[in-house]
Amino acid sequence: MDALFLARLQFAVTTVYHFFFVPLTLGLSILVAIMQTIYFRTGDEAWKKHTEFWGKLFLINFAMGVVTGIVQEFQFGMNWSEYSRFVGDIFGAPLAIEALLAFFLESTFLGVWFFGWDKLSKRVHLAAIWLVAIASNLSALWILLANSFMQQPVGYTLRNGRAEMTDFFALATNPNIWTQYPHVLFSGVVTAGFFVLGVSAWHLARKSNPDFFRRAFQVAALYASIGAVMVILVGHSQAQHMVQNQPMKMAAAEALYQSQDPASFSLLTIGDLSGRKEVFAIRIPDLLSLLAYNQFTGEVKGINDLQAEYVKQYGPGDYAPPIPLIYWSFRGMVGAGFLMAFLALVALYFVLRNNVEGSRLLLRVLPWAILLPYLANTTGWLMTELGRAPWIVFGLMKIDQAVSPASVVSGVSVLITLVLFTLLYGALMAVTVYLLRRYARVDPDIETAPVGAY
Amino acid sequence: MDLNVLWFILIAVLFAGFFFLEGFDYGVGILLPFLGKNDDERRVIVNTIGPFWDGNEVWLLTAGGAMFAAFPQWYATMFSGFYLALALVLIALILRGVAFEFRRKDERATWRGGWDWAIFIGSLLPALLFGVAFGNLLRGVPIDASKNYAGDFFFLLNPYALLTGLYGLVLMTLHGAVYLSLKTDGELSARARRIASTLWLPALVLLFAALAASYGATDMYSKLGVNPGPIPILGGVALLSVIWFLRRQRDGWAFVMTGITLVTTVMTIFMTLFPRVMISTLNPDWSLTIYNASSSPYTLTVMTFIALVFVPIVLVYQGWTYYVFRQRVSRKSLAS
Ligand code: HDD
Ligand code: HEM
Ligand code: HEM
Repeated sequence: MDALFLARLQFAVTTVYHFFFVPLTLGLSILVAIMQTIYFRTGDEAWKKHTEFWGKLFLINFAMGVVTGIVQEFQFGMNWSEYSRFVGDIFGAPLAIEALLAFFLESTFLGVWFFGWDKLSKRVHLAAIWLVAIASNLSALWILLANSFMQQPVGYTLRNGRAEMTDFFALATNPNIWTQYPHVLFSGVVTAGFFVLGVSAWHLARKSNPDFFRRAFQVAALYASIGAVMVILVGHSQAQHMVQNQPMKMAAAEALYQSQDPASFSLLTIGDLSGRKEVFAIRIPDLLSLLAYNQFTGEVKGINDLQAEYVKQYGPGDYAPPIPLIYWSFRGMVGAGFLMAFLALVALYFVLRNNVEGSRLLLRVLPWAILLPYLANTTGWLMTELGRAPWIVFGLMKIDQAVSPASVVSGVSVLITLVLFTLLYGALMAVTVYLLRRYARVDPDIETAPVGAY
Repeated sequence: MDLNVLWFILIAVLFAGFFFLEGFDYGVGILLPFLGKNDDERRVIVNTIGPFWDGNEVWLLTAGGAMFAAFPQWYATMFSGFYLALALVLIALILRGVAFEFRRKDERATWRGGWDWAIFIGSLLPALLFGVAFGNLLRGVPIDASKNYAGDFFFLLNPYALLTGLYGLVLMTLHGAVYLSLKTDGELSARARRIASTLWLPALVLLFAALAASYGATDMYSKLGVNPGPIPILGGVALLSVIWFLRRQRDGWAFVMTGITLVTTVMTIFMTLFPRVMISTLNPDWSLTIYNASSSPYTLTVMTFIALVFVPIVLVYQGWTYYVFRQRVSRKSLAS
C-alpha cells in the first residue's frame, strides 16, 4: 500500500469533513449572538425564542466541529511526522496559541451559555455567547496563520535542516492572512445566512409559524447578502495575491497553458491527457487580466512557462498541480458564489418590499440552496491546498518528503485508520443530518425542547 | 532555569490538569451505564459534567499543542510511533463528544442506551490507553538514531504498561465516583459513594503494584532525573485517606485526595523522565531529551510570554465556571 497516497486521502477526508461544520459555527455563532442581543435590548420574547431555536441547531453542528477538530490536531504528528519535525518550530506555535487563546474560551463559555440560562444575569449570559462567537472566529485566525505559512512562508530561516522561526511578528502578519482570513470569515457568514434562509423558507412555504420565520428570513437575507458580496470582493483580492505568490495555482485554476497578455478568462477549457495542451476552450478576452490586476492588460503566466521557470529554480521535477481538479474546483466555488449572491439579493429584494412570501419559487429554491455554501467551501479548500502541490510548504518542502516514514507508520496502518475514520464519519454524518432536519422542522411554538441541561 | 526546563514543567502541568479534570469526566462516563438505574438518573449523571467536559478536554489539546510548539521532535516521534493507539483514542473521543449532545435529542430508549454505551466506551478507552502510553514512556521504547519509533503496536501492550494502564483506569473511575457522590444528592449520591468505597482498595493495590513493577521495568529507582522525594508518598497517603473521608461522607475532601493522587502520579512520572521526554531502549544516546527535541530558543521565548499571560486567565475563568455550576444536580433541578 502506498502510505503517502493513503495519508493524503486521509487528510483530505478528515479535513474536508471538519470543514463541513466549521463555517456554520463561525457564522451562526455571530448570528445567534446578534439575535440574543436584540432580545437583550428589546426584551421581546420572540427573539429569545429565536436564540433558542437557532442555538439548538448551532449546538448540534458545534459538537461535530469539536470532535472532528481533535483529529486535526493530532494527525500532523501521526501521519506527517517529517513535516512536523521540519516546521514544528514555527507551525506548532499558532496551534498551541489557538488552543490556549481560543479553544479554552470557546468551549468553556459554550458550556456557560447553554447551561447558564437561569443561573446568570441576562448581561453575563449575553456576554457568554459573544465570547463563544469571538473565540470561534479567533481560532480560525490562528489556524489560518498556520496555513498561511504553508502558502507563503515568512519569518523563518533554514537552520539545522529545518525551518526555524526568526520573527514571530512577521508570522502573525503574514501577507497571505489579510485576504485568506476575511474570505473564510465571510464564507462562514454566507453559510450561516443560507442555512437560516433555507430553513425559514421551508417553513414559510408550508405556512408553519410564518410570524416567527419571517423575522428569521429578514435577518438572514441581510446577513447572507453582506456575506456573499464580501466573499466575492475578498476572493477577488485573494486571486490577485495568488497571481503574485503562487502563479502556478492561478494558471491551473484557469487551465492557462501559455502565458497571455492580456489574459482571457476561461469559461470552459478541456485539456489533453498530458495536461500540457488545450484541446478546446471558450474564453472571455481580457477578463483574467482584469481579475488579476484590475486593468485590461497585464501578463498572466501559463503552466508551461512556470514549469520551466521552477525547474531552473528548484531542480528537475513536475511543478504542476492536478489541473482538472483545480480548474473545476475554482469553477465550482466561483459559480456557487455568484449564484448565492444572486439568490441572497433576490431574497433581500423581497424583504425590502415587505413581501417575504411573495415568491413561491424562491421559497422552494432556498432550502436546496443550503448546499451551495458547502460546495463552495469544499472546492475552495481543494483548490487552495491541492493547488499548492507538489509543495506542502511552498518552495520549502514537498508533500512526499513530509509523510511519516513507512517504517514507523505502514501503509496498512494508515489504511486501517482511514477505513475506521471514514466509516465513523459516514455514520455520524447520517445522524447529524437526521437531527438537523428534525429540529429544523419543529415549530418553535408547539414543541419546545428544554434548554439549560442535556 | 532555562526555557527548555520551563516548557517541560508547563507540559507536565497541562497533563496534570488534564488528568485531574478530564479524569473525573472519564470516571463519570465509565460509571454511567452501571450507576444510573433509569433514564432520569442517567440524565442527572451526564449533567454533572455537562458544562465542563469540553473545557476539560481542551487541556489535552493544549498539552498536545504545547508539545508540538516546544518539543516538535517529541510530538512527531510519539504521535507517529503510538499511531494505532492514538487512533483508538481519537475514535473514542469522537464517539464520546457527540454522545453527550446527541443522547437527549431523541426519547427512544434504544437511542439513549446506544449513546450511553458510546459514552462508556469513549471514556474507558482513553482512561486505559493514556496510562498505557505513560507506562511506555517510563519503560522506554525502541527509538532509532533518526528519532523514529522502531517498534510496533503490540510492543506497546507489554505487561508493565498494561498494569499502569489499569491503574490509571481504576484511579480515574474512583475519581469519577467520588465526584458523582459530591455532585448528586440522595440515593444516587449514596450509591456513588458505595461504588467509590469498593473501588478504593483495587486502586490502592494497583498503585503499589505499579510502584513495585517499576523497580524492574524502569530505571525509576536507579537513575532518578530529579528525585521526586516525598511527592509519590504524598500521593499514596492521599489515596489511603480517601476511604476515611468517604466513610464520614466528606465527599469534598475525598475528591481533593483522589485529585492529589492523580496529580502526584503525573508529577512523579515527569520527574523520573527528566530531562528525557522519550527513553530509547536501543541506545541511551538516542533518547529524546528536552534539548535535542526542542524548538529554537526564539520560539520558546515567544511561547513563554504567551503562556505566562494566558494560562492564568484561563485558570481564572475556568475556575469561575465551576463556581457558577457548583450546586448538586438532581432530578428536581433538571425538571425546572
Ligand atoms: C477557518 C476555520 C478553521 C479551520 C481552517 C480549522 N478549524 Fe478547527 N475549528 C474551528 C475552526 C477551524 C472552529 C470554528 O473554532 C471549531 C469548529 C467547531 C468548533 O467547535 O470549533 C474548530 C474545532 C477544532 C478543535 C476542537 C476544539 C474544541 O475542543 O473546542 C480542534 C482541536 C481543531 N479545530 C483543530 C484544527 C486543526 C488542527 C486544523 C487544521 C487542519 C483545523 N482545526 C482547521
Ligand atoms: C479546514 C479547512 C481545510 C481543508 C478543507 C483542507 C483540505 C485539504 C486537502 C483537500 C488537502 C489535499 C490532500 C491531498 O493532497 O490529497 C490538504 C492538504 C494539506 N493541508 Fe489542508 N485543508 C484545510 C486547512 C488546512 C489547515 C488550516 C492546515 C494547516 C494548519 C492544513 C494543512 C494541510 C497539510 C499538512 C496538507 C498536506 C497533505 C497533502 O497535501 O496531501 N490544511 N488540505
Ligand atoms: C465568487 C467569487 C469568489 C472568488 C473570486 C474566490 C476566490 C478564491 C481564491 C482565489 C481562493 C484561493 C486562495 C489561495 O489559494 O491562496 C479561494 C479559496 C477559498 N474560497 Fe473562495 N472565492 C469566491 C467565492 C467563495 C465562496 C462563495 C465561498 C464560500 C461560501 C468561498 C470559500 C472559499 C474557501 C473556504 C477557500 C479556502 C480558504 C482560503 O484559501 O481562503 N469562496 N477563494
